[in-house]
Amino acid sequence: MPAPRSAPRPLRDIAVVAFAQTDHRRTSDELSEVEMLMPVLHQVLAQTGLRTSDIGFTCSGSTDYLAGRAFSFTMALDGVGAWPPISESHVEMDGAWALYEAWTKLLTGDADTALVYAYGKSSPGSVRDVLTRQLDPYYVAPLWPDSVALAALQAQALIDAGDTDEPALAAVATRSRAAATDNSHAQLRGSVPHGEYAVRPLRTGDCPPIGDGAAAVILAAGERARELCERPAWIRGIDHRIEAHGLGVRDLTDSPSARLAAERAGAFERPVDTAELHAPFSSQEVVLRKALRLGDDVDVNPSGGALAAHPIMAAGLIRIGEAAARIGRGDSDRALAHATSGPCLQQNLVAVLEGDPR
Amino acid sequence: MPEVLKAPLVVEFPFTRSLGPVQSAFLTGLRERVVLGVRTADGRTLVPPVEYDPVTSEELSELVEVAATGTVTTWAWNHEPRRGQPLDRPFAWVLVRLDGADTGLLHVLDAPGGPDSVHTGMRVRVRWAGERSGAITDIACFEPHDEATAELAGSDGRFEDLVTGIVAPARLDYTYSPGRAQSAYLHALAERRVVGERCPSCRKVYVPPRGACPTCGVATSERVEVGPRGTVTTYCIVNIKAKNLDIEVPYVYAHIALDGADLALHGRIGGIPYDQVRMGLRVEPVWSDGGGHPDHYRPTGEPDADYETYKELL
Repeated sequence: MPAPRSAPRPLRDIAVVAFAQTDHRRTSDELSEVEMLMPVLHQVLAQTGLRTSDIGFTCSGSTDYLAGRAFSFTMALDGVGAWPPISESHVEMDGAWALYEAWTKLLTGDADTALVYAYGKSSPGSVRDVLTRQLDPYYVAPLWPDSVALAALQAQALIDAGDTDEPALAAVATRSRAAATDNSHAQLRGSVPHGEYAVRPLRTGDCPPIGDGAAAVILAAGERARELCERPAWIRGIDHRIEAHGLGVRDLTDSPSARLAAERAGAFERPVDTAELHAPFSSQEVVLRKALRLGDDVDVNPSGGALAAHPIMAAGLIRIGEAAARIGRGDSDRALAHATSGPCLQQNLVAVLEGDPR
Repeated sequence: MPEVLKAPLVVEFPFTRSLGPVQSAFLTGLRERVVLGVRTADGRTLVPPVEYDPVTSEELSELVEVAATGTVTTWAWNHEPRRGQPLDRPFAWVLVRLDGADTGLLHVLDAPGGPDSVHTGMRVRVRWAGERSGAITDIACFEPHDEATAELAGSDGRFEDLVTGIVAPARLDYTYSPGRAQSAYLHALAERRVVGERCPSCRKVYVPPRGACPTCGVATSERVEVGPRGTVTTYCIVNIKAKNLDIEVPYVYAHIALDGADLALHGRIGGIPYDQVRMGLRVEPVWSDGGGHPDHYRPTGEPDADYETYKELL
């Protein structure tokens, strides 16, 4: 096996200096998207003392299909004070990919600070059906295979391969919700019944809660980061990779794209102490632990992860934010944060975050 | 706080896609009860076929027929079929590697024996739909099949009357809720009042309110009643009749700064010939029955507003 390739040293040091998230809830119909989002925008700005007019670049992640309205992200722009005009961009993906875009913007030197936010209200629609619209429109979407069904196919493949079994999956779910007991933002906390089969072999407990929520992060480069934050979470590497969209082409028990992203982000150069994994289904944690070579000594999803709260489009950004917050508190020195998008871990992003030596 | 407004919102469209040569051959083949794959340079056969090799990105075009029988490589039992799914009774989602193929096809398995009758490695065959049009649903489903590999039809992948496109109906149902600020605005309209919200920072009054000041990026919360009278700040003359709109052309569509508001909203101007509408014209709402926005605005008869009073609101 070839030696892991080292991640190239970034051109500038860039760090997560602030993170905020909503309390994620099953429904938030008394709030519009921008009303839900604004408190977290204000929180990250307050953490750094920045005003919206001080931000060099703004990038967001969300999807029209959750809202059922075209260009829905433009309504949320009111929350960031987009007049007079600002430097702004949007990805129709999880906010983790918006963070990636902001990171590249900061690397170019065009900006020293960036505000990244993401939000999703799943409550207005039926999210299992909504997500079928991201599938191949020729061969797959006409069959309406919902997100739980596709995850269940992956889970059965793992069981057949001997990588897990139903009790082990239940243990992942139990451990995640127990970890979330200390996370006041989480939607499912503590003891949660493992429930009936949703799509066998996955039970309701193996699936993420459906809910609404938002998150925001501020990035800063170099000394600016140290001015804004006591212990910045330096992004030592970040990379994202995608696999063939045809599920039958892939080995569903593995995630070569997550492994490659981790390698290019430098995750394998030194051990990490914490991993925040975006694994919406218990079975996907099994895949990711293997692909990312995470041993039992790594604290996986101390926040509770996506099984405790899964605001779609924000859940991946929250993994980066939780990892950064843990570094900021001194609970971690080197953390891996992962985000996914698409069915059965089709796309994967990995960031490696570090605090300054203590 | 008044009751949160909710309304059904249906997003429905015929998703119309054209096909490339490989997809066209595959879907035409299904119409003719033939399953085609595509051969890669390293000799793998991909079913369903794609136009570019997912590993090398090389363009693919060599079509090969595979059998309508195969082996389940993974499965999941769906006890509650959802709208649009191929079977309306409990079934298994399956990935099937057809005999002669190297990859899995996603579809459903009709398994009357229930989940205990399904296992990875089981043999299945295609059940064709009675009426076929050149779509993935021409395979109605798979069914258990204990016998040997089905014989090939001997197709070379060339057909008369190729299917060149698909229409995949899409429908999603939502319950739309406009949130706090817009709910309050709509409640007030039902009482023939117009309310905006004042920004606590720049003091501007926004109407319709969306809960945030787009300049300051802060929440707006102080409710302010504006209008009902206002001033035309700018306008255009519409000469093309919109479909399903029962308004005679030409008519005037205008930006109207309601008294007390710091930005203009738009509305139709009536009660005055279209060529007499002008900037500065003072107007008032004409309400329609049943709540909602004014049907249109008409002149109040007041003298025109001075340009200085609305030039910032254009």
